[in-house]
Amino acid sequence: MGKVNAIDFSLMSPEIIDKLAVMEVTTSEVYDLDGYPVEGGIMDPRLGVIDPGMRCKTCGNVFGECPGHFGKITLAKPVVNVYYLKEIKDFLSYTCHECGALLLDDENLMNYKKGKKVTIPKKCPKCEAKIKDVKFEKPFSFYYGEDILTPEQIREHLERVSDEDAEKLGLVGGRPEWMVLTKLIVPPVTARPSITLETGERSEDDLTHKLVEIVRINNRLKENLDIGTPDYIIEDMWELLQYHVATYLNNELSGVPPARHRSGRALKTLAQRLKSKEGRFRYNLSGKRVNFSARTVVSPDPNIHPNEVGVPEEVAKELTIPIKVTSYNKEFLKKLILNGSEKHPGANYVITPTGIRKKVMESNKEIIAESLQEGDVVERHLMDGDVVLFNRQPSLHRMSIMAHKVKVLPGKTFRLNLVVCPPYNADFDGDEMNLHVPQTAEARAEAEELMLVEKNLRSPRFGGPILGAQQDYVSGAYLLTKDDTVLSREEVAQLLASIDRYEPLDKESYTGKEVFSFILPKGLNVKFKSAVGDEVEIKNGKLVKGVIDEKAISAFKGKLLDAIDKQYGNKAAVDFLYDVTRLIIAYLNMKGFSVSLGDLDIPEEAEKKIQQIIDKYLARVEEHIKAYKEGKIVPTPGKTAEETLEDLIMAEMWNITNEVQQVIKENAKFSEALVMAITGARGNIQNLAYMSGLVGQETIRGKRPFRGYRGRTLSHFKRGDLGPYAHGFVRESFKKGLSPIGFFFEAMKGREGIMDSSLKTRISGYLERRLVNALQDLKVDKDLTVRDDSGSIIQFVAGEDGIDPAKSDWGELMKD
Amino acid sequence: MAKKSTAKQSKAEVEGSNVLMLPPKYQNLKGKALEEALKRYEKMRYEYGEAVGVVAAQSISEPATQITLRAYHAAGRVQLVTTKGLPRLIEIFDAKKEPKTPSMTIYLEKDYNTAEKAHEIASKIKETSLKDVMEYDAIDLAEMVLEIKLNEEKLKNHFLDVNAVKNALSKSMATAEFEIKDDTTIIAKPKAKHYGIKDLQLMRTKLRDRHVKGIRGIKQILIEKDGEEWKITTLGSNLKKVLDLKGVDKKRTYTNNIFEVAEVLGIEAARNLIIKEALNTLREQGVDTDVRHIMLVADIMTHTGSIQAIGRYGVAGSKASVLARANFEETVKHLTKAAFKGERDMLTSVVENVIIGNAVPVGTGMIKVKYKD
Repeated sequence: MGKVNAIDFSLMSPEIIDKLAVMEVTTSEVYDLDGYPVEGGIMDPRLGVIDPGMRCKTCGNVFGECPGHFGKITLAKPVVNVYYLKEIKDFLSYTCHECGALLLDDENLMNYKKGKKVTIPKKCPKCEAKIKDVKFEKPFSFYYGEDILTPEQIREHLERVSDEDAEKLGLVGGRPEWMVLTKLIVPPVTARPSITLETGERSEDDLTHKLVEIVRINNRLKENLDIGTPDYIIEDMWELLQYHVATYLNNELSGVPPARHRSGRALKTLAQRLKSKEGRFRYNLSGKRVNFSARTVVSPDPNIHPNEVGVPEEVAKELTIPIKVTSYNKEFLKKLILNGSEKHPGANYVITPTGIRKKVMESNKEIIAESLQEGDVVERHLMDGDVVLFNRQPSLHRMSIMAHKVKVLPGKTFRLNLVVCPPYNADFDGDEMNLHVPQTAEARAEAEELMLVEKNLRSPRFGGPILGAQQDYVSGAYLLTKDDTVLSREEVAQLLASIDRYEPLDKESYTGKEVFSFILPKGLNVKFKSAVGDEVEIKNGKLVKGVIDEKAISAFKGKLLDAIDKQYGNKAAVDFLYDVTRLIIAYLNMKGFSVSLGDLDIPEEAEKKIQQIIDKYLARVEEHIKAYKEGKIVPTPGKTAEETLEDLIMAEMWNITNEVQQVIKENAKFSEALVMAITGARGNIQNLAYMSGLVGQETIRGKRPFRGYRGRTLSHFKRGDLGPYAHGFVRESFKKGLSPIGFFFEAMKGREGIMDSSLKTRISGYLERRLVNALQDLKVDKDLTVRDDSGSIIQFVAGEDGIDPAKSDWGELMKD
Repeated sequence: MAKKSTAKQSKAEVEGSNVLMLPPKYQNLKGKALEEALKRYEKMRYEYGEAVGVVAAQSISEPATQITLRAYHAAGRVQLVTTKGLPRLIEIFDAKKEPKTPSMTIYLEKDYNTAEKAHEIASKIKETSLKDVMEYDAIDLAEMVLEIKLNEEKLKNHFLDVNAVKNALSKSMATAEFEIKDDTTIIAKPKAKHYGIKDLQLMRTKLRDRHVKGIRGIKQILIEKDGEEWKITTLGSNLKKVLDLKGVDKKRTYTNNIFEVAEVLGIEAARNLIIKEALNTLREQGVDTDVRHIMLVADIMTHTGSIQAIGRYGVAGSKASVLARANFEETVKHLTKAAFKGERDMLTSVVENVIIGNAVPVGTGMIKVKYKD
């Protein structure tokens, strides 16, 4: 097959239509009484085959091989091409109706090209004929002065325009009169296949329906022209022909009622086939379907390496990798074939160099294995260590598709290590993911070298780690490494054994920090601040000070991961993550970790303090409202008194929230819930304050809720009540339980959140599409410039300093 | 290098030639630190074919799902509410002629850095119309004139007097005569020989909105003390006029209107503003995105010399490739126009190669690997 080098676009001339067409459609009859397509009809057998078992009358190929052939319809009278209404108008306006000369001088021509206003001279510069205004009226009428122009007249006019003048008006490589159609090309039947329903009834494509109507009205028009019917009837039919041709080209023209199917559904004609998301371009041409893919639910497995993915045996038996038989692997492949396609490490097909494809079955596996020869290709099952691509939608960034190594496991779900959840944004509440198997050595090598999980440790967005521990791992790391954790020798041995480390243990007891230090790379030195707030120091591979928490090992923030990656490489960092996570799980399994309602208990005096805070600020709110009612409030510039009052009240509400949060922070007892909040494992102090302090002010669109009944939010309040409780102040805590009114306000806020996030995904999705479309052709050239596809330079040095953020230290050469 | 290279040339000197490739802030490092910097730089550099465009687009839009949809203002502080979060980000990339909430931050020169002077300049900036300094306006039916009573206190606040108001009004409305009755009253009378009450009423409503002082478009003003310094924040923007004012620090005065900056200070300044505004919008929401990605977007928006939007009518709509344009939006329009113009698609960009089923010309698709089959 030849290579496509370029695609030319131009108007189609009647001559080309004659050349391309293998037949002319002359009758509106489609099928005869026996159900066979009529010769000269719109489903003429010369236009291609759509039924298996038939042969094409033109090229002799069978269904699937014959690409289809074009036909043509000669129109009894010309009609305008509705895609070029504006261009036709321009040509009529800017060329002389007598001699066809261009009316515009150079200056006006420039304006025309720029889309600015153009002045037309009163007289033709060449033949001195008087020029009248050209008017266009929807849907397809043109007027010259007061006279209506028929498509025939338009075509005659356009014929007079010279090639040079046409080019000046922007038409290149074509003739203006081709914008008025005299012949219509009929797409091959393969482009508009008819389907036979179960009932034996035939259902035709929308295009076929439309073409039948065009042929029918065209024939009627022709007959009437032949017998010399009065002009007004001819005109009516002509217009009907124009309508059918117009809707055939585009069924969504403004001012034209769309042509409809019998059922009332608007027909999907040519323009509709191409455009929008479900059209040919976005759905079929830029969206490709693939083989060798699988999809199922994902579930967590902390005991497989982050680089691996657990693949169910069922899937592994279906997905294959083609392997060429050589003297080195012949025996191995034979064994696989003997296993058959039903037993796991097996094979499904053998392809001989002559192209014969043999399916491996229980009945013939011995024969196939025996006849296996070097040069054959065996499609073997997916096996441990194969590189596959793993993907979770929405694919918002490139880490949404990463390469993993296969680990075939029992079960029916894909298994993945929890540290790869952040880049995929995956959880296990029913998420499904896709898996793709690269089929060539080149693709596999590329996937392994560029897309493997460990190679994507650092996000190109901000230059920090995107793999990392979450939730229990974080709180567990804190509990393990905090100052008072001491473990007995037996416990330490147990922990280390769980990650396959066997260190000589000569002490009776070890601190948590010492245990943690076992898995740190030798000789590591790093200092940073933890989320809890203390200084963490790792000296020569030993954790000497501070605790490990969110700031050390989590995605987006993990400084320790970052340091290991920088000093020891990404493989070491991911291996470390794997060890840490397993160690922490072993520790948590040993010690236990759970939350209870008791975690939220606060001392009585704290309860009292909260009440005092509330009383204090509610009293102030009372004062503000009083001042407002007396008209004493001084409005801030640019705001009304009401708005000012709202600002003041909101400020007091903020004070309550903040101070209560402070009280909770000081009084919360050391519990698992608090550990989660301070280490950054899950939740924050504010959440604790909601649970054991109070919920506080609910806001709708950043303001106190005011909607509902007239003058009040709920019928439980007096009209015009501006007080806190009437507008979303919730005094109760979640632990205590919300009052029905508080619950209602909470529900209002919750609903707002849901609506916001669904709206946001839509908006940001479109933003992404636009950004990608604007930027997708940019790439770094050999000289470190950024260029687009035409080679123009967008940046002289990529990123101004040539540093790839994906390899950088939080966007810098050196952070320290 | 002018100097002839000799065998004696030390290692440091050889490396010295690479020093210039380092980002400026690392160029004056010495010894070991320099070696380390060079080593790291070598590792960190972009590789040939890296699809920086897509990475930049993803780096901006991936966190866009996390940022707020609305501008919540921190309560308790007097503050001008400006568009924030996702709407502002979209506004920047859409290259809207006028932002939804144009805003300026005006810094003052040293000599003008006092509360008094700040207020005076602020009064010169803020758009003041007649109704802002007016007590009442009444139609005197006996005399058939319009009597405008000014508020003395308001006048003082705006650093105005009757004369100034009168002059401003007569300049802005040529069809009427103005006369000063006393210190706070102006009499206005249409110049036409015959006029009725209706004309007077019309004139009254028109006059109320006539602006007597300040700069067009600047609607709200906030004077703040930032440390030792006074600064003026405005709602509404007019960079050209503000820069003309005496006492305004021209170097630091800032507006968020990108088109205005492009017009007054040039396209390079506009590029910088796009970067700064987009970065701030993201940072405000706690999103950590590298500047380089935003720089690339700013560059593609400005590299033609004028500001192009990201979208149908900007960058994506002006691509050379027909298929790339048709693939994005307005498919039919682009195809028919291409036929009219006789365009040729050279199949150089990404989408076209996807469409015809070739390897995409970025990254590893730009090189060929040969291996024995």
